[in-house]
Amino acid sequence: MRILACLKQVPEKDSRYKIDDTATGIREEDLVFETNESDVYALEEALRLKEKLGGEVVVLSLGEERVLKTIKSGLAMGADSALHLTDPAFRGSDAFVIATSIARAISDQNFDVIFTGVQSEDMAFAQTGTILAQLLGWSHATIVMEVNVSEDGKNARVKRELESNLFEVVEIPLPAVLTIQSGINQPRYATLKGIMQAKKKGIRTLSAQDLGLKNSQLGSMGSVVDHQKMFFPEKKKKTVILEGTPEEAARTLMERLHKERCFSRWPSAERNSLCLARFWF
Amino acid sequence: MPEETLALVKGGSFLIQETSPEDVFTPEDFTEEHRMIAQTAQQFMENEVLPRIEEMENKEEGINEDLLRKAAEIGLVSAAIPEQYGGAGLDQISTTIVSEKTGLYGSFATTFGAHAGIGTLPIIYFGTEQQKAKYLPRLATAEWIAAYALTEAESGSDALAAKTTAVLSPDGKHYILNGTKMWITNAGFAQVFITFAKVDGEKFSCFIVERNFPGASTGAEEHKMGIRGSSTRTLILENAEVPVENVLGEIGRGHLIAFNILNFGRFKLGASAVSGIKYVTNEAIRYARERHQFGKAIIDFGAIQHKLAEMAVRIFCAESMVYRTVGMIDTAMRSIDQSSPLATTEILKAIEEYAVECSIIKVANSEILDFIVDEAVQIYGGYGYSQDYPVERCYRDARINRIFEGTNEINRLLITGMLLKRAMKGQLPLTAAARNVLNEILSFPSLEEEQNDLLSGERRILTNCKKTLLLAAGVAVQKHRDSISDQQEVLSLLSDLVIAIFAMESMLLRVLKGIARYGASKLEIQIKAVQICVHSALPEVENKAKQILAAVSEGDELRTQLAALRRFTKNTPLNLISLRQAIAQKLKEEGKYFLS
Ligand SMILES: Cc1cc2nc3c(=O)[nH]c(=O)nc-3n(C[C@H](O)[C@H](O)[C@H](O)COP(=O)(O)OP(=O)(O)OC[C@H]3O[C@@H](n4cnc5c(N)ncnc54)[C@H](O)[C@@H]3O)c2cc1C
Repeated sequence: MRILACLKQVPEKDSRYKIDDTATGIREEDLVFETNESDVYALEEALRLKEKLGGEVVVLSLGEERVLKTIKSGLAMGADSALHLTDPAFRGSDAFVIATSIARAISDQNFDVIFTGVQSEDMAFAQTGTILAQLLGWSHATIVMEVNVSEDGKNARVKRELESNLFEVVEIPLPAVLTIQSGINQPRYATLKGIMQAKKKGIRTLSAQDLGLKNSQLGSMGSVVDHQKMFFPEKKKKTVILEGTPEEAARTLMERLHKERCFSRWPSAERNSLCLARFWF
Repeated sequence: MPEETLALVKGGSFLIQETSPEDVFTPEDFTEEHRMIAQTAQQFMENEVLPRIEEMENKEEGINEDLLRKAAEIGLVSAAIPEQYGGAGLDQISTTIVSEKTGLYGSFATTFGAHAGIGTLPIIYFGTEQQKAKYLPRLATAEWIAAYALTEAESGSDALAAKTTAVLSPDGKHYILNGTKMWITNAGFAQVFITFAKVDGEKFSCFIVERNFPGASTGAEEHKMGIRGSSTRTLILENAEVPVENVLGEIGRGHLIAFNILNFGRFKLGASAVSGIKYVTNEAIRYARERHQFGKAIIDFGAIQHKLAEMAVRIFCAESMVYRTVGMIDTAMRSIDQSSPLATTEILKAIEEYAVECSIIKVANSEILDFIVDEAVQIYGGYGYSQDYPVERCYRDARINRIFEGTNEINRLLITGMLLKRAMKGQLPLTAAARNVLNEILSFPSLEEEQNDLLSGERRILTNCKKTLLLAAGVAVQKHRDSISDQQEVLSLLSDLVIAIFAMESMLLRVLKGIARYGASKLEIQIKAVQICVHSALPEVENKAKQILAAVSEGDELRTQLAALRRFTKNTPLNLISLRQAIAQKLKEEGKYFLS
């Protein structure tokens, strides 16, 4: 099995964001970055698959030098080697450009499975994995909760999360792209030995030119999404008095909370489906 | 391992020479690997240890062992054990980072330190090949847990007065040990005890005792003020049969092990205090932002801001001292050829070289820890006194640190004692430096050039504090000569000056190194922290020096010395209140300690 795990670096969860001078993005200065949460679960799934069927896990990250931290922590967790796609021209790229670059980078590498996280925590588009599958002409499954690859490595049975606590089990042929939901496994620690061994593992660096991509295909020029404005949501505070008996009031309250998606702070599968729901509809 | 090579410095030499900022190690110099180790250790503490605090405080059995084994799987326990014995064989900086992180929960830090630190290190550094092969792989996985049993009911600080005896059995195969060791951390579940006894009632020696050796047993759990999640019991040796192969080091040279290992222990204690104080301070900041009185968040009151700023300054200071020192130790260790048969001796020499710094860190950081938990309780008000909030436990847990690994009184005496001994032996040219200062005060004062660079005022204060120390120490030694070791008050005050100098300088050098690397605008708050530290230390240094001089001199002599002291400690005060407000404001915005 040749397995790829895509890791994105995103600002730490409790970061204090500032809008940049162009009012179309976030100011990166002063931010501390970490590996996107669901990508860590994706990597864990990749490592488990390798442990089961043998083979090799490669981690890939696209971004400036700071993403080496993410790559190295992936290697420290147990990946065998890494690809680092880096070029100033990548700045401002959307999911389409990123997926295009990844597709180019791995076109000749015979991967059997690609794991990505379900979505990144910064932009939450949840598109990179899907577009990547489309560009490669592979099958894909999103919001994956469970992965079972057949012994012969030809098929995968995956459990997908749907709305309202519903799940779906599908069987898809490999090679495939699977976008992994957060919380589906317990990611291993980077052990001290793993950390020291990571130093000796290979990291291949690829620039836009290496990928045969022109500036016009990259950054905001190559992107299909156009960021017009970035702003903080306005805070509106309003007080509502719920009428009725305590039981009735409690029921109304629960309904309102669900409706207004106040549970989105909860770090559960529910949160992600809510976030997704918000994005999709 | 740090990317750059630092200059090798002599222990204690900071008192008489200027160190350049490039030559100190700081947390900003961590490599990517160091950062990852820190992250792994932090995650381990947050995911595995913190959720189990309540069970541990209630003394539920098996948790300490379980956690140590989990920590071992990740490699945290065996960081210091050489690779050929199943460890990770990492540098001193990495093991210090691990120790720092364990401090997030005092009980676990104690359990961990007794096992991976003082319980395992004696075998690493003094064990024979057979002893290492038998014990280290099992200690690396925490299959066996270690304890260090030195103290007895009647010999605590005076550890060499131990009453436990060892007598060779008639067949020459065993030593028969008799005695009771008191306050032994991990005794409830340890399999391996590093303990000490006097062979034939006089030769102080070290032994590896296994729990199931005939005649070895442990007493009941002690009921303690704090660190209740750790196990503390007596180790009872009643005609305990210890095979002769289990003598550690040489008969009659147990004190070498006892004291050298304590140097490590002291240093690691200081390191683990660092994450404890970060944790408590963050809790206090959060609480102060949420708690409202008189219509305001209490973090907006000046009195609370004063506290939080002082807490942050001290954290930065504690951390700067720890990593500066480990940088020195690591540099010395790396100059040793590990394959040489003399490597162990050289390693011990390297640790002993920095024994003064290790004691400084033990005293300073345990007192910073106590200061911070105390202020945190105060910020919480009545709620701080309730077991519903973690600061109550932190307050109790902190207190032990001034007592074990050598009480702070003993360590203060050691600091000055060791320095004076090195001066007398000519290992450290303190005497010449003191003579220069004494000459300087008899000559006309040279006009000092006013410098206006960033922190030049603080650098001048630091230099003058060093002169103040040399003046006070020089005068005290001249007066008391051979009986100086009886002058405990003077020695302790001198120690305070030494600690203050090391604290100020470590912070100052770290910030200067940072400025050179990132520019002053990135370190505005850290610069203010140094200013607060230095300008608050100066009057304390002056006051203590005055007490020393007044105790050892009189008449004209005293008057000349006091005039010199005035010259050294002359300074225009800064507006520390506004500096603290600026720091507190930023703490409020960030919602947490952010200086490092
Ligand atoms: C929770 C806990 C865990 C411990 N774990 C261990 C362990 O794992 N292994 C181990 O071996 N020990 C352990 N100890 C013991 C600890 O190291 C001793 O308690 C400590 O060394 C002090 O000894 P003591 O209690 O006998 O106090 P004493 O030595 O009796 O001291 C009492 C007071 O007198 C002062 N004093 C003593 N001598 C002098 C002097 N010469 N000059 C000035 N002042 C002096 C001390 O500073 C102190 O203030 C532990 C203790 C506790 C409470």
